[in-house]
Amino acid sequence: MISLVNISKTFNRGALKALSGISLEAKSGELFGLIGPDGAGKTTLFRILTTLMLPDSGDALINGLDIKKDVTTIRSKLGYMPGRFSLYQDLTVDENLKFFATLFGTTVRENYAQIRDIYIQLEPFKNRRAGKLSGGMKQKLALCCALIHRPDILLLDEPTTGVDAISRKEFWEMLARLKADGITIMVSTPYMDEANLCDTIALIDQGRILSIDTPGNIVRNYPRPLYAFKAKNLYRLQQDLRLHENIHSCFAFGEYLHVSFRDESAVSLPVMAKWLEENGHQEIILKNQTPVIEDCFIDLLKH
Amino acid sequence: MKQFLVFVRKEFLHAFRDRKTLLIMFGLPIVQIILFGFALTNEVKNSKLVIVDPSRDEASQALTNRIRSSKYFDIYREAMSYAEMEAAFRSGKIKAAIVFPQDFNEQWKHLNNVQLQLITDGSDPNTGRTIQNYLTAIINDFRNDRVNNGNAQVLIHPNIRMLYNPSLEGTMNFVPGVMALVLLLVCTTLTAVSIVRERELGTMEILLVSPFKPVYVLLSKAVPYFILSMVNLSVILLLGTYVLNVPVKGSVSLLLLASALFILTCLSMGLLISTLAKTQQTAMIISMMGMMLPTVLLTGFMFPIENMPVPLQVISNIVPSRWYYLITKDVMLKGLGFSAIWKELLVLGGMTVFLLLFSLKKFNNRLS
Repeated sequence: MISLVNISKTFNRGALKALSGISLEAKSGELFGLIGPDGAGKTTLFRILTTLMLPDSGDALINGLDIKKDVTTIRSKLGYMPGRFSLYQDLTVDENLKFFATLFGTTVRENYAQIRDIYIQLEPFKNRRAGKLSGGMKQKLALCCALIHRPDILLLDEPTTGVDAISRKEFWEMLARLKADGITIMVSTPYMDEANLCDTIALIDQGRILSIDTPGNIVRNYPRPLYAFKAKNLYRLQQDLRLHENIHSCFAFGEYLHVSFRDESAVSLPVMAKWLEENGHQEIILKNQTPVIEDCFIDLLKH
Repeated sequence: MKQFLVFVRKEFLHAFRDRKTLLIMFGLPIVQIILFGFALTNEVKNSKLVIVDPSRDEASQALTNRIRSSKYFDIYREAMSYAEMEAAFRSGKIKAAIVFPQDFNEQWKHLNNVQLQLITDGSDPNTGRTIQNYLTAIINDFRNDRVNNGNAQVLIHPNIRMLYNPSLEGTMNFVPGVMALVLLLVCTTLTAVSIVRERELGTMEILLVSPFKPVYVLLSKAVPYFILSMVNLSVILLLGTYVLNVPVKGSVSLLLLASALFILTCLSMGLLISTLAKTQQTAMIISMMGMMLPTVLLTGFMFPIENMPVPLQVISNIVPSRWYYLITKDVMLKGLGFSAIWKELLVLGGMTVFLLLFSLKKFNNRLS
């Protein structure tokens, strides 16, 4: 279990607020996601949890151990994968794995079961230098190295950033399997679509938590109906809608615009369609839209 | 212990797989030794010269032979005209010329004033002056022998001899100097860079999170570079002995022991730099540039410390290579024993302990 109470951290003698009053709780065996853009404070939060940094104020417990006092014990129970690829590029896959296994006081053979599913994919490249692996393979190797000592808690800082779509999918499947083994996992990501794969997510921006809940609840709590608009000229459509006095929000999502209204009673889709036609838009499609995490994030940012 | 060994092995792998490291480690000393030993030497060996000898009599031939037999001079040609001699000077083929008078033997026998012209290439004044001195010495020798044989009178001639380096061989002083310089630069740079690299690549984060103690991280970094430096030292010593003809006069084991201590000093200096520098480049610049200048200037092998202004003399005391240079000179060149160098060893030991404690204190087990 990971619990944080009112954690704050500033840099440059207080000039830069990285985290302000973060409180959250990740239950044992849970896959907990920290969702937020770059600079939200995710990495700082991980460094505090891994005891690499001290918070300015607040308390944090990992499996009941204090991050300020029980540094050594906590470090032995953690598997940590930093944001950047942090293995030795000039050592081979096997050498990296053996090195980290020994460093954590174990052997690859002893804990092979733990990493087998992931390692099988790496095996064909075991004599290749880590620096020469593809992005997805690098992350798999890093995950292997983080898992090799059977940690109770896995902290993964943006493991899928810069990784292709297929490898990202595979990576999340692995996390699901690890969760099934009973490991508590905290993972951060800037990709909103990955949020749905977590049990609980914390939406975080500029060092503040916007919301903590299951992905389903967060979506369900979206405060107003949402619509998807499309027209031939999407850019002009967005420009025109933003000038409309009853539009609450209007953001581009792929080929559609996600639109919500200030006063639901004052408009209807046919009325909007007519208004757009009068403004010279063609091939207009208007329909209802279920909100996604990103809609919620944008909405929460407005408050 | 097993963790420690694996870590040391990993450091060796890093060193051997990185060509740049290997080049710095082993290329630098070899290039330096050869540069200082051969190219930058200011001694005169096998200098070519011409003899212009219109008289070609017994006395002039005897003197010519004596010069020829000296290992410092090669006679490029004999019995040339003035014009030919000048052409040889111009083309740079010769460094000096001796011009005998028409009647050298006659002058020798009947006058007490023998004239002889000695010409040297003044474009390199230092070498020119050295050659002049050497030739004068040979000529004086020759005159004394002749006078003594004839029993005419006993001349008192000062017999000047340079201790430890009778023929003023420059390479002798350069070998200890280069040893001090190379070991300091190589050890300091490589240690500093290898630690900062872990921090820059982010691997330090994992190392710190691991149960392996940070102190051991530092120690296991030092071990491979210590061993490589000892190998390096042996290469320098072998080069010195067999290529530059500067053998170790004193005890080799004492020299190795003192060198081991000096290498430790340098490694701890590298540790200190690594705690200060944020990037590999900074670490490289601090240890290469920052160390190079004080070492070259204040060690004493390029410029004698006694001739420096007092403030610089005081500063030179904190340059470790200065003390190591004294030790190597004593052991290698003078063949002195432990009793002559214990003070210097003590200074180096003190520096090492201070640097080690300081850098261990500064080394954080968190990210700053």
